[in-house]
Amino acid sequence: MTTTAIEKPPGRTGQRHAPGAAPRRRRPGRLRARGLPYLLLLPALLLELLVHLVPMLIGIVMSFKELTQFFIRDWTAAPWAGPDNYAVSLDLDAPVGEALLKSFLTTCLFTFCSVGLCWLLGTAAALFMQEAFRGRGLLRALFLVPYALPVYAAVITWAFMFQRDNGLVNHVLHDQLGIGDGPAFWLIGDNAFVTLLVVSVWKGWPFAFLVLMAGLQNIPREVYEAAALDGAGTWRQVRHVTLPSLRPVNQVLVLVLFLWTFNDFNTPFVLFGKAAPASADLISLHIYQSSFQTWNFGTGSAMSVLLLLFLLAVTGAYLLLTTRSPRERKAAGGR
Amino acid sequence: MAADKKPRSPMAAPRSFLWSRRIFLTLLTGFVLLPVYVMVSSSLKPLADVSGKFRWIPSGLTLRPYLDIWRTVPLADYFVNSLIVAGAATACSLVVAVFAAYAVSRHAFRGRRVFTVTVLSTQMFPGILFLLPLFLLYVDIGNATGIALFGSRGGLILTYLTFSLPFSVWMLIGYFDGVPRDLDEAAKVDGCGPLGALLRVVVPAAVPGIVAVGVYAFMTAWGEVLFASVMTTDTTRTLAVGLQGYATQNDVYWNQVMAASLVVSVPVVAGFLLLQRYLVTGLTAGAVK
Repeated sequence: MTTTAIEKPPGRTGQRHAPGAAPRRRRPGRLRARGLPYLLLLPALLLELLVHLVPMLIGIVMSFKELTQFFIRDWTAAPWAGPDNYAVSLDLDAPVGEALLKSFLTTCLFTFCSVGLCWLLGTAAALFMQEAFRGRGLLRALFLVPYALPVYAAVITWAFMFQRDNGLVNHVLHDQLGIGDGPAFWLIGDNAFVTLLVVSVWKGWPFAFLVLMAGLQNIPREVYEAAALDGAGTWRQVRHVTLPSLRPVNQVLVLVLFLWTFNDFNTPFVLFGKAAPASADLISLHIYQSSFQTWNFGTGSAMSVLLLLFLLAVTGAYLLLTTRSPRERKAAGGR
Repeated sequence: MAADKKPRSPMAAPRSFLWSRRIFLTLLTGFVLLPVYVMVSSSLKPLADVSGKFRWIPSGLTLRPYLDIWRTVPLADYFVNSLIVAGAATACSLVVAVFAAYAVSRHAFRGRRVFTVTVLSTQMFPGILFLLPLFLLYVDIGNATGIALFGSRGGLILTYLTFSLPFSVWMLIGYFDGVPRDLDEAAKVDGCGPLGALLRVVVPAAVPGIVAVGVYAFMTAWGEVLFASVMTTDTTRTLAVGLQGYATQNDVYWNQVMAASLVVSVPVVAGFLLLQRYLVTGLTAGAVK
């Protein structure tokens, strides 16, 4: 296979050229042609290396170091800590580990609720808006506004609405509907979880809607016509044609929503400031806070690595469980 | 808007479906628009209206908040910083993404699948994991070479352009796959090199997709908070951090906060709504894969 360069280039590269065209080309040109894709990829690769992969590796190294504020100038000089940072993070009897576990569980519950609601709203809206009706284009544009608004602008507005004394929510619930004993606090205490969930769903569901709408467009019309001929009404078509056809789209969508929500930093950061109430202390904010409050980057890195391992495990398990064999998968209009 | 007369589905939808649709979409519209209403109406209220009990209807309308926002915090500076950072990050990200997507779409080469999977999987890294190392790395590079990445716009541009890169590449592959190969073969016959074919044929044919990807990249950079809060200094602050300046004052001028939020949102929301159709087609093209 890999003997001399006079042979056809190895792998699939040769298949594309017409058989007659290949021998006519001179060698330097062919070499250049083979190097071209790598050359085109080089900028993207270098950037990903610099900003994502190398820092990630450094992060893993840092998690084994005793990296406190004294070593910020030259982090490589920090003494090795072995597994100490991990031991501290995972020691559930000590305050650090206990707080991390609590934040982790909060994040799990929050992610489950938020992804579920986002998916539900997105699916329902996409299904209801599949058929054309008056004003559909306008509604679709409106529904994408939360997705288009910069996070901080939108979340600050929600923070205003959830103010205890001059916010809209307490005005409606307490003054207009008379619910509750007195105006409630929404940005501190246990209510903060609900607040965060509402804001997160408001911000997140349009993405599900956007993706599902795109997915719906790929379902061929004939499938519905066939189902209708078989006597299936609208609701049955939704259940037996639309939802199963959306399966591949949903697989990716739910995963992406899960990862984004679990890693979400912006929403709680803008909503609560640097110190989130315990009920809404999402893990990213928790790690950020414990790193920059104590300037103990070593422990912070260990926590981040643990988080990454968890996400990798969940993603792997999810893909294994949800991916059907290729034979089963429907080739939905591949082009 | 468009009340296009499409042929109705083979079987007319039952009343239960129509009513559920009406109720659901009405409620959803209310939920979606509530903060928008609060933002717009509060930005036009006098201070007394936003300091006391919430009022649905403003007691009077004023444009003062829109004049005051520029004085309370240096909003214009933040705006310029955000424009430079987001604009440059978008432009660079587009160039890099176009090249990479062209390579994947038009060439079969070793490591192709590894590349796409690696690039997409960086999306899943928690930002917090590489925030601290990147911070240290930028400081290190600054110490070693004198290139100020930490605290500079350049560093932020570099960071942001990689944030939108994975998704941009992925979407552009979908778009480029949709451009018939015969077109670039024809261009090659006419004497264009592979790069000529990309720039003269494929890119022009994929303009809607490139525009959509550009909007996405701009939105990503414009809205990022975490890295902006760590990687900027007083002179390079972007809107994401600067906007919180209104809240740290002793008295929060909520009407100004709302006015400022609206002002910083207009460029992205307008751009997005104008181009959202392309984004939907882009996702469709990408989702087929």
